[in-house]
Amino acid sequence: MDKTLSSLEDAVASISDGDVVMIGGFGGSGAPIEMIHALIDRFEATGSPKDLTVINNNAGNGKIGIAAMIDKGMVAKMVCSFPRSSDPRAFTDRYLAGEIDLELVPQGTLAERIRAGGSGIPAFFTPSSYGTELAEGKQIQEFDGKPYVMERWLKADVALVKGHLGDKFGNLTYRMAARNFNPLMCMAADRTISQVSQIVPLGGIEPEAVVTPGIFVDSVVEVPNPRQEEEMVRNGEAYA
Amino acid sequence: MSWKKLSNSQIAWRVAQDIQDGAYVNLGIGFPEMVAKFQPAGRHITYHTENGVLGFGRAPEPGEEDWDLINAGKKAITLEPGASFFHHTDSFAMVRGGHLDLAVLGAYQVSQNGDLANWRVGSKGVPAVGGAMDLVHGAKRVAVMTDHITKDGKPKLVERCTFPLTGVKCVTRVYTSLAVIDVTSAGFVLREKKPDISMDELQDLTGGKLHVDGAVGDLDVPRIEE
Repeated sequence: MDKTLSSLEDAVASISDGDVVMIGGFGGSGAPIEMIHALIDRFEATGSPKDLTVINNNAGNGKIGIAAMIDKGMVAKMVCSFPRSSDPRAFTDRYLAGEIDLELVPQGTLAERIRAGGSGIPAFFTPSSYGTELAEGKQIQEFDGKPYVMERWLKADVALVKGHLGDKFGNLTYRMAARNFNPLMCMAADRTISQVSQIVPLGGIEPEAVVTPGIFVDSVVEVPNPRQEEEMVRNGEAYA
Repeated sequence: MSWKKLSNSQIAWRVAQDIQDGAYVNLGIGFPEMVAKFQPAGRHITYHTENGVLGFGRAPEPGEEDWDLINAGKKAITLEPGASFFHHTDSFAMVRGGHLDLAVLGAYQVSQNGDLANWRVGSKGVPAVGGAMDLVHGAKRVAVMTDHITKDGKPKLVERCTFPLTGVKCVTRVYTSLAVIDVTSAGFVLREKKPDISMDELQDLTGGKLHVDGAVGDLDVPRIEE
């Protein structure tokens, strides 16, 4: 068994028009920026994939990453908790023009929906959003005298995540707060593709230190010294 | 009108005095983050940020940022000894599961039954909720820190919120620029007020009835250089 891929091009080759794509990260930390840009390269060359539903905590920043996907017209819908950033123009313009859909989900509910999707739990009840406009139309049930909102699982065709170390079985670690949504998304997609800063030999990650066991990961591609979205936005970089 | 409001730093100072040694605390993005600056000496407080860090400390020096190490406001942070990382559902389990001692949030409005409105003021623009609707559920205490009134002098403590709600019956205490007020089943209960404002003046600036249950303390806060 060898889940490693030799190129980013291979990593994003199987994503289709209309797919639901989970993309890891919280702001720039843990965002698989190089893999996103490889997906944009493919779209520029072939016109595909388009009409994507993208699930991420945010909705892009500046002119790179998810914001660049939106600028290119690849994204039909965002599912996120916080579609704002230091430079949210890409999403804001399209949203206000009615050119992109938004499903706004409280952050903890978003995480739990993804975990549920990866865990075979089709729905669950949470106190979050009870009594607010985000609970409108949702089933409410009382447990022990308190009202809760029913939320459905979230699944995806593909998850694009960013790990720190990976091995050929797909075991992953993460770097500091770049963990965030990444381990959850690994569980919730039909195909999970992780970029990692370094591929190590089997055993190079101590079993005790594995954060995402390889069963949740289909492909691993090495991207040494990954760029940080935050720095790219501050530099005013654009992925055109 | 002879009274003077507390500054934001002074409100943050007052909030910090109530946080006990050993507490686990989430400080909301923006104004509530100031509370950490006024942590009294000798108390160890562990700060939680919902993107997956317990035990973070001050901001790094400019140029020393590591952008994998940020808080929920996407600002660079540093770690204290004993810090830990975890993924997003563990992080929100800490919130909704009742493990945090205190969440401190900002507010547009707080109602007398503890409803909070703090995520949007209308239906225009791009809505963004982040973790606000989760943070109001589960912490043992949910405190709000806010100016007592809006910029044009309207009460922010109201009978019923008119802005979109973040959560229902969730706020337990409000620290304002004029008073410290508990939110109980009886409504707003005044605990402390600035000594230079009268009860009547304070009531006039408050949208719901201010109840008194026992002594009302003086809200005395030291001068703080901004």
